[in-house]
Amino acid sequence: MDQTVEKPQVQFSEGAMAEIRRYLSHYPADRQKSAILPILHIAQAEFGGWVSPEVMDLVAEILNIQPIEVYEVATFYTMFNLKPVGKHVLEVCRTGPCMLRGSDQLIEHLENRLGCKVGETSADGNFTLKTVECLASCGTGPMLQVREQFYENLDPASADQMLEDLKALTVRKPWEENY
Amino acid sequence: MGRKLLTEHINVEGIHTFDVYRKHGGYASVEKALKTMSPEEVVEEVKASGLRGRGGAGFPTGMKWSFLAKPEGKPRYLVCNADESEPGTFKDRYLMEKLPHLLIEGMITSSYALGARTSYIYIRGELLYVLRILEKAIAEAYANGFLGENILGSGYSLDLHVHPGGGAYICGEETALLESLEGKRGNPRNKPPFPAVWGLYGCPTVVNNVESIATVPWIITNTAAEYAKFGIGRSAGTKLISAGGNINKPGVYEIELGVPVEEFIYSDEYCGGIWKGRDMKAVIAGGSSVPILPKELILKTAAGEDRLMTYESLSDGGFATGTMLGSGGFFVMDDQTCIVRHTWTLARFYHHESCGQCSPCREGTGWMEKVLHRIEHGHGHMHDIDLLVSVAKQIEGNTICPLGDAAAWPVAAAVRHFREEFEWHVKHPQAATAPGAVFNKAESVLA
Repeated sequence: MDQTVEKPQVQFSEGAMAEIRRYLSHYPADRQKSAILPILHIAQAEFGGWVSPEVMDLVAEILNIQPIEVYEVATFYTMFNLKPVGKHVLEVCRTGPCMLRGSDQLIEHLENRLGCKVGETSADGNFTLKTVECLASCGTGPMLQVREQFYENLDPASADQMLEDLKALTVRKPWEENY
Repeated sequence: MGRKLLTEHINVEGIHTFDVYRKHGGYASVEKALKTMSPEEVVEEVKASGLRGRGGAGFPTGMKWSFLAKPEGKPRYLVCNADESEPGTFKDRYLMEKLPHLLIEGMITSSYALGARTSYIYIRGELLYVLRILEKAIAEAYANGFLGENILGSGYSLDLHVHPGGGAYICGEETALLESLEGKRGNPRNKPPFPAVWGLYGCPTVVNNVESIATVPWIITNTAAEYAKFGIGRSAGTKLISAGGNINKPGVYEIELGVPVEEFIYSDEYCGGIWKGRDMKAVIAGGSSVPILPKELILKTAAGEDRLMTYESLSDGGFATGTMLGSGGFFVMDDQTCIVRHTWTLARFYHHESCGQCSPCREGTGWMEKVLHRIEHGHGHMHDIDLLVSVAKQIEGNTICPLGDAAAWPVAAAVRHFREEFEWHVKHPQAATAPGAVFNKAESVLA
């Protein structure tokens, strides 16, 4: 009987697995579950910016825990996208301090430029627009985050420039060369 | 210019690298502690300095350390709380990004004091780029013999790791942070037992804020007596203030505790005054959780004394007329700010971040957000204003962790000090929901 049939269909690349093993080495041998959040971040970078049920099952297999233990964590922490997203996810901070510096106007501008509302993906598939709560960038608002990068002190002109730059950008993974 | 204890060299080129940091006196506290002091002496020194936790609660750091249980055969842990998520606060991000080795030095010296052999820095997941800066610096510290086996030939060994969170404000609460570090949902634990007895993996653990740990090197290198010379009374030393909102010069400022609030806001050395030539309406002085104060009460206490940037002066008058220094997240609102809308964004934040474990917080934060939303959008009733106060009161003190209080205080304080503005929204919904409309006290009296 072919055992591989029951294994998750997705697999991590060798580069991602090296990162995963590095994190696993940080925790006691009987506490490997601690690596769940680091591995979910790696998974999100590896598999197109979101984590599918198959990917969560794969994480559970690596950690030798029940899939539910991964699901309950992935659904609690807001950074993990549980549905497919565009090439770039724009996460705009909208909490009080950023509101004082113009986040309402920035969100409106981006909705107009992208032709989609918060929570949606632009028709060309390039951008998913999201709002998030405070990103610890209150002195440089309004601002947003794309993957690990902060774009700060945004006005309509610099936001437009950012969109152009992102469209042309080749997305790399943290463990790849030239990241 | 006030003396800088943490950030003196922050603008030196290459200070994020081991060699440059070392050239400017870096890692001196590790050498001094490991070669000439016992762990107990390091704890006593931090106790004597008067350093208070810089994450927000202001609990004396040395005293927290002295509570750590030391049972035989169990490891002890030091965990740095780098989950900086309190709206208005961005000082730890700045410190870690610019001076990663200062935090690492503090972690080594503090871990030695506590007898920890493995320590973690729990950083909020949104700051993965800072995690990479820290990991690079940690690798340099290992390569130079300041981490790993037998540090500087002292016989003391330490491993240090950075752990990313996943985007949950609640993980800034220390027991939620520990749950998260164990790979679980960030639900706060009931206390007692406190982490000092039952912390990470059921072992004795100390959780300290980034800035607190980054202050330890200066104290050990220069002595507690020298540190205590800075500041006023029980507000010893310096504090990093994240200055934001409608000011001319937002940024992180290291101030000696005791600077007058008025000087902090208006002098060019700090915030540089209110932007666009406007007047100031209100300030939130210690992160979004602390009570908002109107201009007159942030500049002077109810007794008419100058308000100072200290734990004691900012809390003078209790919540009736005072506030808290908190995390030092200081944000200023100009006279064009709608207090109702701003309070709504904060209520939405706490609703979003409630872990859902305790019903007063889970339900109450949702109610406050909804009621504020309808007042802000012109559908409010007069009794909604008292409803907000009532809900806030029923959350406060009735939850496992302080998130409930943190959600209740800003709403209660906004109604306490700006009730007329809430009433104006209810009475004049059309005017209040017009684009850019802001309550004007003088005009409102005429109307």
